[in-house]
Amino acid sequence: MKANRNLSYMDSVHRDGRIWGIVVGGVILLFPALVMLIFGTSPDLKVLAKGIIATAPMYWAVGLVEIFTYVPMLGAGGTYLSFITGNISNLKLPCAIDAMERAKVKASSEEGEVISTIAIAVSSIVTTLIIIVGVVCIVPLTPVLESPVLKPAFDMILPALFGGLAVVFISKNAKLSIAPIILMLALFVTVPALNAGTVGIMVPVGVVFTVAVARIMYKKGWL
Amino acid sequence: MKFSVNHPILFVIVGAIIAVVLAQSVYFLLKACRRAKELGISSATVKATVSSAALFTVAPAVSILVGVVVLSKSLGIALPWLRLSVIGSITYENVAAQNALTAAGLSGSETITDPSVFVTVLWVMTIGIAAGLILVPFLTKRIQTGMLKMGMKDKKWGEIFNNAMFLGMISAFLGYVFCDVGLVAKGETRGLIPVCVMVVSALVMAVCGLSAKKFRIRWLEDYALPLSLVIGMASAIPFTNLLG
Repeated sequence: MKANRNLSYMDSVHRDGRIWGIVVGGVILLFPALVMLIFGTSPDLKVLAKGIIATAPMYWAVGLVEIFTYVPMLGAGGTYLSFITGNISNLKLPCAIDAMERAKVKASSEEGEVISTIAIAVSSIVTTLIIIVGVVCIVPLTPVLESPVLKPAFDMILPALFGGLAVVFISKNAKLSIAPIILMLALFVTVPALNAGTVGIMVPVGVVFTVAVARIMYKKGWL
Repeated sequence: MKFSVNHPILFVIVGAIIAVVLAQSVYFLLKACRRAKELGISSATVKATVSSAALFTVAPAVSILVGVVVLSKSLGIALPWLRLSVIGSITYENVAAQNALTAAGLSGSETITDPSVFVTVLWVMTIGIAAGLILVPFLTKRIQTGMLKMGMKDKKWGEIFNNAMFLGMISAFLGYVFCDVGLVAKGETRGLIPVCVMVVSALVMAVCGLSAKKFRIRWLEDYALPLSLVIGMASAIPFTNLLG
C-alpha cells in the first residue's frame, strides 16, 4: 500500500482502483466458466440468448448512464468499490452523501473523496458480513425475514431512506429543488410504467434535468 | 461431479470471491483513513463516519438478505449469496434470474436440478449487468478529471453542479414514492403508504437535526439518517395495517 512518491493520492486511487477492478471483475466474470468446468456442463445457447436479449440491452444502457451519473457523486474510491459491491442508489450513495454532509466536506474536494470512500468501504464491509451471517443462519432466519409482519417494513425501505435524505438536501437547496420535484411527481403519478422497477432509470433523467435547471438559474443569477 | 444448487464446492468458490471483494473494501478503507490523517481530518470525524455508515447499513443489508432468501428457492443459497454481495441489487438480480428461468421454461419457485440451466441463469445474471464492471476501470479517471477541471474553472458552479446531481437523484426517488397515489381515486388507499412512511422519516430527520443543533447533541446528528430510516421502516407496519 506504500504510495509511490510521484503519484498524488488521487492518481494512486485510480491506479489501485483499476487494478482491483480488473482483478475482481475478472474473477466475477470467470465464475460461470469455472462452474461449467467443475460440473462438466455448458449453457443452453438458445435459452442463454433469450435471457440475455431480455436483460442486457436495458441494463447495459442503464449501466453506462449510471457510470456518468454516479462517478461525480461517489468519488473515485467510492466508485471503484460501489460498482463491484452494488446496491448503489439504495445504499452506497445515500451513505456517502450523508457522511459528506455530516463531515461538512464537498464531494468535489479531496476531503470529500476520502470521507465518501470511508463510508462506502464500511458500508460494503458491513453488508458483506451481515449477508455472511444471514447465509450461515439462513434456516432459523428465513421465517423471520419472510414474516408477513415485517414484510411492509422491508418493502418501504426506499421511502424511509429518501424521506430523511430529502429533508437535508431540499432545506439547503430549496429554490433548485422545486423544478425537479414537480417534474418527477408529475411523471411518476401520470405514467403507469414508472414504479419501483423503473425508478433507477429515472435517476439519470432527474440528474440531467436538475443540472440543466441549475445551469439556467446560475446563469440568471438566481442561485 | 454431481450437481446440486447447494453443492459445497459452490460455497467454497463464492466464499473465496467474497473474501477478495472484502479485501478490496478493507484496502480502500485503510488507504482513505491514512489519507484522512494526512489531510488533517479529525479522528472524531473519521470515527463518526465509520460508526454512522455501519449503523445506517444494517437495515438495508437485512433487506438484501431477504433477497437472498427469495432467490435461494430456485437458485440455492451460494449463487444469490454471491450475486447480492457483489454488483447487483435485488431489483436487477430478480429480473435477470426470472428472465433466464422463464426462457428455460421454469418458475421462480422450482429448485434448479439441471446444471446446464444453472450455468445458463448464471451467465445471464453475470453478462446482463457487466457494463459497470467492465467500463468503470477505464472511464472513472476521465470523468473525474473532467469534473475537477470544471470545479477549478468555476468553483461556485462546481458546488452547484454537485448539489444538482444529488437533488436530481433524490427527486427521482421522491417521485417514485408517489407512483401509486393515483390508486386512491379508485378507493385503494395502499398508494398512500409510501407517502406516509416518507413523511415519518422526514419528520424524524427534521426533529433530530433541530434537536441536535438546539441542544448540541452531536451523536444525534451523526445517527439522524439511520434513525429516520429505521423509524420510517417501522412505521410502514401500522400504516400497512391501516391503509393496505
